[in-house]
Amino acid sequence: MKILIVDDFSTMRRIIKNLLRDLGFTNTQEADDGVTALPMLQSGNFDFLVTDWNMPGMQGIDLLKAVRADDKLKGLPVLMVTAESKREQIVEAAQAGVNGYVVKPFTAGTLEEKINKIFERVAA
Amino acid sequence: MAETAEQMNDKLALAKSLVAHLESGNEDDADSAIAELAGFTDSLLFQEIGRLTRELHNSINSFVADAHLVSIAQNEIPDAAERLRYVIATTEQAANTTLGAVEDSLPLADSLRAEARRLSEQWEKFNSRQLSVEDFRDLTSEMSHFLEITQANSDALHDKLSEVLLAQGYQDITGQIIRKVIDLVKDVETKLVELVRLSGPHAKPREKSRQEGPDTTAQGPAVPGVDKGDVVTSQDDVDDLLSSLGF
Repeated sequence: MKILIVDDFSTMRRIIKNLLRDLGFTNTQEADDGVTALPMLQSGNFDFLVTDWNMPGMQGIDLLKAVRADDKLKGLPVLMVTAESKREQIVEAAQAGVNGYVVKPFTAGTLEEKINKIFERVAA
Repeated sequence: MAETAEQMNDKLALAKSLVAHLESGNEDDADSAIAELAGFTDSLLFQEIGRLTRELHNSINSFVADAHLVSIAQNEIPDAAERLRYVIATTEQAANTTLGAVEDSLPLADSLRAEARRLSEQWEKFNSRQLSVEDFRDLTSEMSHFLEITQANSDALHDKLSEVLLAQGYQDITGQIIRKVIDLVKDVETKLVELVRLSGPHAKPREKSRQEGPDTTAQGPAVPGVDKGDVVTSQDDVDDLLSSLGF
């Protein structure tokens, strides 16, 4: 399981990386915004994308849309982990095809629950 | 415009003489009376404009001469930006220190757990008399090794936890800095209100620009009491909203 973590704050990437490692996901890579993340996704055989929304350069929502518009990537499970908490934003992310949405600040339990749910659904 | 009784009497006298001049067909005198009457209004108007100009002049002067305002624009606003950048740097450093200590601590705890589990299996066997004399000798040497690493790991864990403890000092520092910036923002607000008052009723608040469709641009974290509107307040809200959309 190869996972890409996208967030402009390195501390948040570290936190997510550590939480994922605790859940048994040790193969993770990091990017600091959508512009960096998209080429990594296109060439990197990633199985899962965890992304923030509010980032300089390319925002998470645009990264999600770019992933869904890419023939090779459109099936990639995407979990959004973000402080963006307006209902309209969550609806937009859902319409753009997000697989899960976690609002910051979050707990390790919440992250685990959402990731498990996504993989259950992908497997089904 | 307030007129004195004297001015009123003068006007009345002028008006009466104007009527008299007109009735007697004295056109020149009638014209000069009309001009004099008009002069009354003009002089009152000029007085009023003069008063307003002086007031405006004084207000603008006192506004410009406010040294604090100059210092706000030249020093305090750039300072505040620098302070806030420092808050970001400080909090980032604290988070990294803490994360580093946690990353170093977890393997220490893991090795203690693994070693203890192995020893307790051996100890079980010893209790149920399944250990040979030779095995028992191994167990005692393993036991003394375990006691050694327990001490060493506990010391290391203690150091790491102290690091985490100390790293939390960022809260105090950043809290103080942010409080200063809040004071500055309040100060600027007061000055802006003064400026709006000076520019008077001509300056109307601009209407919020209208947007087509919902606004889903990135807002950053929602701050309780500041960010109003349709904002979810918990992960449960997010889950409810998504399940209502068929998730």
